[in-house]
Amino acid sequence: MSFDSATVQKIARLARIAISDDEAEKLQGELSAILGWVEMLNEVDVEGVAPMTSVTPMTLKKRRDEVTDGGYAEKVTANAPESDEHFFVVPKVVE
Amino acid sequence: MYEEARETDPKKYIAGAAGDWELVVGLEVHAQISSKSKLFSGASAEYGGEPNDHVSIVDAAMPGMLPVINEFCVRQAVKTGLGLKAQINLRSVFDRKNYFYPDLPQGYQISQFKDPIVGPGTVLLDMKDGARVEIGIERLHMEQDAGKSIHDQHPSKTYVDLNRSGVALMEIVSLPDIRSSEEARAYVTKLRSILRYLGTCDGNMEEGSMRADVNVSVRRPGDPFGTRCEIKNVNSIRYVGQAIEYEARRQIDILEEGGSIDQETRLFDPKSGKTRAMRSKEEAHDYRYFPDPDLLPLEFTREWVDEIAAELPELPDEKRARLMSDYGLSAYDAGVLVADQASSAYFEKVATGRNAKLAVNWVMGDLSASANEKNVGLDQVGISPDQLGGLIDLIEDKTISGKIAKDVFEILLAEGGDPRTIVEDKGLKQVTDTGAIEAAVDEVIAANPDKVAEVREKPRMAGWFVGQVMKATGGKANPKAVNDILKAKLGL
Repeated sequence: MSFDSATVQKIARLARIAISDDEAEKLQGELSAILGWVEMLNEVDVEGVAPMTSVTPMTLKKRRDEVTDGGYAEKVTANAPESDEHFFVVPKVVE
Repeated sequence: MYEEARETDPKKYIAGAAGDWELVVGLEVHAQISSKSKLFSGASAEYGGEPNDHVSIVDAAMPGMLPVINEFCVRQAVKTGLGLKAQINLRSVFDRKNYFYPDLPQGYQISQFKDPIVGPGTVLLDMKDGARVEIGIERLHMEQDAGKSIHDQHPSKTYVDLNRSGVALMEIVSLPDIRSSEEARAYVTKLRSILRYLGTCDGNMEEGSMRADVNVSVRRPGDPFGTRCEIKNVNSIRYVGQAIEYEARRQIDILEEGGSIDQETRLFDPKSGKTRAMRSKEEAHDYRYFPDPDLLPLEFTREWVDEIAAELPELPDEKRARLMSDYGLSAYDAGVLVADQASSAYFEKVATGRNAKLAVNWVMGDLSASANEKNVGLDQVGISPDQLGGLIDLIEDKTISGKIAKDVFEILLAEGGDPRTIVEDKGLKQVTDTGAIEAAVDEVIAANPDKVAEVREKPRMAGWFVGQVMKATGGKANPKAVNDILKAKLGL
């Protein structure tokens, strides 16, 4: 299977990455190669085999319902490009 | 494949310019799970708080953080599933739903897509006309809430508060079984009451603990489903009704003019009562779900589910049936009472050990009228179950008549106090002393010879005499005694 350039542009748009037509063309080849490589897996017969969800025999770790975290808004917003009174501030996105 | 479970009553059809239309509605209700901490972090799930104060490094999606599931939230979801008489899946999977928005720091929402924790169930609605409508539940799944975007703090900026980010939600998806705005309102009301009984969601729509996405389509009766529009984030039961009414009419107008409906996401504006299309909708539905590699499948045992089932409280439908059989309540009255736990508890306190019929009449009559007038619950009217019960006791032991009881009720409402003391202090006791009543009767007869002649011709006139005697005794005479004495004296 190979990607056309419209599909590459769509994937880029969904990932919010701007790419030029030249880049799209290059990526078209790269992505097609990756997909082709992964598609080799289709050669394996997995009929009746349950999907593997973990490489070690373990179950989902669970937590008790207790408040053990939070209370550090200063730290949470420390890396924000812009913040005000502990709010994150971003360009207006209202509908 | 969905098979239609019901036929619509043609009375519910919406009249168009050329023939009838049938409304089809399905609802996705987002209900916040009542818990202390968030679904995948130890930050507080409490409503409000200072900006970004209830936020952990996990909720802010800092790199390298791992989600760890809150076991109590899982329990709450299972409990809700049991309350909806639904299938509980012992194995479910968390998926990532990918989209970008400033209040979604991860760039994806952890949700459940292919394998939800709860499968098909049902919700029963009791409609005003006595009809029972069964609405199918397709599924219930757990997911994270997003943060809050505030747009009115700054002319060109949006402020983001992540306190809500990562709070546990249950998305409860109905089948497209709903056929009127009235049914949609009844459905949300019933669902909220079930959640409140279970204690799994506080149902507080003003605080956003419950919000609905409403899917609306119309069709000619008997046709396949039409194209639907989804109205997002409707946050009151009244608005659910209004949004559906507006949207149905909008779609009918388009179709009758020969147009077609675009499947789209819309917003309801409570100020105008209208729905409008959201902008930037092109890629809205390309969520690219995939299993979250940070989380193993969620698994638990049948025994654990049975344990939760054994702890379920009495739910609205069971309580309704019990109130009907124990106290002889009508289906509708019972439905109204059980919708609110405090109201049904109030009623039971009043009715226990007393004449059930009197209790029903007073709770559903005068008390409900006062509650509606004040727009509060039965328990907030200002008359306690003991006070109302005391009043009913006075009627039952014939200390006062039903008519005087209404006056005492008004006094209780205005001034409070103990009904028996009020009756004694104000001298409202019913006169059962036949001597006193006879004297009053004699007086009325003596004063009205013409009426006496009249009543002998027309016995129906006797009511006038009863009225006069009651007036003369300040309403305190026992009505039955007055009747008997009058009949004897007038020779009727």
